[in-house]
Amino acid sequence: MVSTLMYVALSAILFVIGILGVTLRKSALMVFMSVELMLNAANLTLVAFANQWKSVDAQVMVFFVITVAAAEVAVGLALLVMIFKRKKTTDIDLMNTLRG
Amino acid sequence: MDVLLFGIPAVVAIVGAIAMLLSRNAVHSALYLLLNFAAISVLYLLLQAPFLFATQLIVYAGAIIVLFLFVVMLLGAERDEDAPHANPWQNRGAIVGGLLLLVEICLLYVNNPGTIPVAVDMDNAFAAPAEVAKALFTTHLLPFEIASFVLLTALIGVVVLHQRRS
Repeated sequence: MVSTLMYVALSAILFVIGILGVTLRKSALMVFMSVELMLNAANLTLVAFANQWKSVDAQVMVFFVITVAAAEVAVGLALLVMIFKRKKTTDIDLMNTLRG
Repeated sequence: MDVLLFGIPAVVAIVGAIAMLLSRNAVHSALYLLLNFAAISVLYLLLQAPFLFATQLIVYAGAIIVLFLFVVMLLGAERDEDAPHANPWQNRGAIVGGLLLLVEICLLYVNNPGTIPVAVDMDNAFAAPAEVAKALFTTHLLPFEIASFVLLTALIGVVVLHQRRS
């Protein structure tokens, strides 16, 4: 019998890999992908607990998370393309003009 | 059988995520991410969420990954910059932090040995797509409308961002 905790542990591992991706990689595209991975890990937890408590509300919430993730990716990648046009790089260490 | 059904997609998901993290080529990373999303969608099916299974495949594996691949190839930014981070402590800090989080997860798991069983009751389809739709259009109607507004805003934002300034 697979317990809910197994799913939670899996999503925690995926979340940690996502955090490592955000901090270790330099390309803004890779940071974006890692953020998507973390969103997915959180979604997996929500669905696992929805199954645990036999409630459909968490699944509706996951649907909203997917919607917001789609919007976020569209805007984020558009911003990235604009930044690339100006700076000719996706290195996040070089995007520091907002620094005070 | 249960453990096998859970184990294979779980291992595939973790392998896909780690390969995404380590791959130097952004296109390969996006494809490994696709593998990870597909494995997670199988887990959704195991968790009796067929609607989310379909949504995950269409939106994540379909739209988002294609968008990523499109932008990576458009920019020609497949290669990661080889130079190290501006802050030399960032890599070490990230690895130490990740290991700490993993240890914390293991401690949580050791302290709560899997006592919560998942009741596998396939006849009781509590989350059939019809049930999800009922919840979506009655209880959660306002968030649903707000979600459509968010999508519209993102659409307009992207168009405005790419306007050619004369």
